[in-house]
Amino acid sequence: MANGGNMMMRSTLGRVRALGAARHGLADWWGQRVTAAALVPLSVWFVISLLAHRGADAAGMARWAGRPWNAVLLLALLIALFQHLALGLQVVIEDYVHGEAAKLGTLLAMKAALALLWLAAILAVLKLAFAG
Amino acid sequence: MRDVREALMAGRTSDGKPVLRPLSPHLQVYRPQITSVLSIMHRGSGIWLGFGTILLVWWLVALAGGAGAFAAVQRFLGSWFGMLLLFLWTAALMFHFSNGMRHLAWDAGAGFEKPTYHASGWTVVAAAALLTVLLWVIGLALG
Repeated sequence: MANGGNMMMRSTLGRVRALGAARHGLADWWGQRVTAAALVPLSVWFVISLLAHRGADAAGMARWAGRPWNAVLLLALLIALFQHLALGLQVVIEDYVHGEAAKLGTLLAMKAALALLWLAAILAVLKLAFAG
Repeated sequence: MRDVREALMAGRTSDGKPVLRPLSPHLQVYRPQITSVLSIMHRGSGIWLGFGTILLVWWLVALAGGAGAFAAVQRFLGSWFGMLLLFLWTAALMFHFSNGMRHLAWDAGAGFEKPTYHASGWTVVAAAALLTVLLWVIGLALG
């Protein structure tokens, strides 16, 4: 067979380079929607919680964030939010930044910056949770 | 170039060489419509909210850092510049949230008829404006 003896509809080179979709082509598309759906209740909860704690002092706010379920929901919010943001900005960069080197560089810089922000936020929530 | 209209024909081939040929119509050709304007605003508000995560992270890190660090964030958020940013982020979040629901409905296959997506578009604008004002009225009244 011309295709290196395999029965797949993909070239050997395409397989080696992991090009093309082997049922994973929609992973990012789905990820964007699943995180969006998760963010619907999580952001409603977060905005209402912030409104309810207007005027609270640092200790009161920290106590709120450190309660087990609040900390869990904050972590869930941060995971869904940063995943959603990374996927969204990736599409924007892929649309507007041309040239492979510039595109790859911008994507990596964006992901690195988001990863650091995300880890800092996660660490802060864990610290609040374990301090209580 | 023999004609000014050729300026609109300046493109590049896939291997990067300059070439003059008719280009597909771009933004400046079309009259803005509720569908296209909201689509652009969805992307714009998403990017703007992305910058808002810096404030969210600063706020959480300061909260974990103790009363002094938290007071600095609160002082910034209480300044006119902080309030302006907060207001713009509230508006962006309410819009992105409302229009995001519209997108999720489309992803489920609903709402693709022309009268429906025009009506849902204006509903999103009204909902975003209403929610933004509502949140700030409640927030300022309680404060």
